[in-house]
Amino acid sequence: MSAFDLQKKLVSGDLKVTEAANLFLSQHEQVDSKVNAFVELEKEKVLKQAQALDELSAEQRQSKKLFGVPVAIKDNICVEGTETNCASKILKGFTAPYDATVISKLKEAGAILYGRTNMDEFAMGSSTETSSIKKTANPWDLERIPGGSSGGAAASVASGQVPLSIGSDTGGSIRQPAALCGVVGFKPTYGRVSRYGLIAFASSLDQIGPFARDVKDAALLLDVLAGADPKDSTCSEEAVPNYLEAIDKDLSGLTAGIPEEYFIEGIDPEVEAKVKEAIAQLEKQGVKIEKVSLPHTKYAVSTYYIVATAEASSNLARYDGVRYGIRSAEAKNLNDLYFQTRTQGFGDEVKRRIMLGTYVLSAGYYDAYYLKALKVRTLMKQDFDNAFKKVDFIVTPTSPTPAFKMGEKVDNPLSMYLSDIFTISANLAGLPGVSIPCGLTQENLPVGLQLIGKPFGEETLLQVGHQFQQATDHHKQSPLL
Amino acid sequence: MSISKEDVEKVAKLARLQFSGEEVETFTSQMTDILKYIEQLNELDTEGVEPTAHVLPIQNVLREDKVTNGKPSKTIFVNAPKEEEHQFKVPQVIE
Repeated sequence: MSAFDLQKKLVSGDLKVTEAANLFLSQHEQVDSKVNAFVELEKEKVLKQAQALDELSAEQRQSKKLFGVPVAIKDNICVEGTETNCASKILKGFTAPYDATVISKLKEAGAILYGRTNMDEFAMGSSTETSSIKKTANPWDLERIPGGSSGGAAASVASGQVPLSIGSDTGGSIRQPAALCGVVGFKPTYGRVSRYGLIAFASSLDQIGPFARDVKDAALLLDVLAGADPKDSTCSEEAVPNYLEAIDKDLSGLTAGIPEEYFIEGIDPEVEAKVKEAIAQLEKQGVKIEKVSLPHTKYAVSTYYIVATAEASSNLARYDGVRYGIRSAEAKNLNDLYFQTRTQGFGDEVKRRIMLGTYVLSAGYYDAYYLKALKVRTLMKQDFDNAFKKVDFIVTPTSPTPAFKMGEKVDNPLSMYLSDIFTISANLAGLPGVSIPCGLTQENLPVGLQLIGKPFGEETLLQVGHQFQQATDHHKQSPLL
Repeated sequence: MSISKEDVEKVAKLARLQFSGEEVETFTSQMTDILKYIEQLNELDTEGVEPTAHVLPIQNVLREDKVTNGKPSKTIFVNAPKEEEHQFKVPQVIE
């Protein structure tokens, strides 16, 4: 059942919130020992929230857009009084002293905060393998990775454990795992959703967004999450449209841009075929298809790994063992304390990125790397500005390949980085993007279709995605677990 | 451009990280690969291009200077590895 239908049923009282919560908990018990999507899920906490919601009057329920609907939370979003670790040893024992703004909004909307999902350490990775806590499996093939960094969030929805979850996307961390797990993952425009309470990775790129089984549910959740926030000065004042109204319009009059730079050598032939079928389907539904060019696409990964690591090296300087998290026990002086705490607390990938970021910002290299990357970022943004003069949205594959095997890329960081090649540009340009299931390969692995929109063009993406799903049933496929 | 072991050791110091000899070797080779790849940016002429540090045209967001966070300090100190009288305790700083 969709979150949309579930909410209706719970508001009407046809189904008690406690009953629904128990159904989800029993699914969790059946499948999560195989999938390992969650790093923490306390049954009592869930049922306590459910009982409190069941006590609300019919009138109080009406106004709550997510009444009784469980929403899983990525382990880098602060929930007051709950441990939040970013799947890192360095934040072991850290209890969030306040709610992230998105958490306050979920509570206000009557959602059940349903456990924390696994992720790559500090959201740095594309496979959830850098988590210091556990490995999450792809529900479609337990020997494969779920994508990352929000791998637990995607797998929790794909395995039917929750109808909705929230994650964060810095270079594709919502869209890529959504594609690999066969669910919908939406990264909003930079500034559309407050980042207050999201533990920072790269502040000019990070955005929180929804995971769902279908686009309508993603619209429902985005509607709750979006909007200005005095606690995040980079959060936009732009009015939030009614996303659920926007999705019902048909697609005639819209133009889609197909960038030739996204159909390159190295892309899996089955992925390419599925995406092309989806484009043909959109055309059948009245969308005009046009070729566009985004000539700087091939520089996206380089630009990203300079900008993101530079920002990360600065953001992660705060983990010094003084105010929270673990502290090395052996340190004899303050400098020792910094060195030992950080060396013991961070995993290899995080260290690698801090090193790279420190290097590109260091004296003598700043202009050659960091400033250069910021200039290329401008060129990439201009590519999109030019394309959006002709088209309403852009269609690409989300990931060049379906889910790969666990361990396949861990020893080769560069090949892991290249798996984000199609998602990174939207972050650098601050644009909204969504991944939508568009079929299964012969090995029964999901393929994702990515739609990229204009700044604050969420409505168009949701409309196109929803209309596509009205005419197709790729999103109705479920893994056998 | 390749990066030397000495470069890696220097950057590690700046980043307050320690590595064993073997780790320095691995990082040197991995960072060399990544930096080589990144150098493709030099193909582009960026003369006269303005840098983009931030995509939104937001500047100087101001608010009234009023206290809005009413949380007691104990919610913060509950996370302190070591605390004394509501202050973070650290090892000796000055020898």
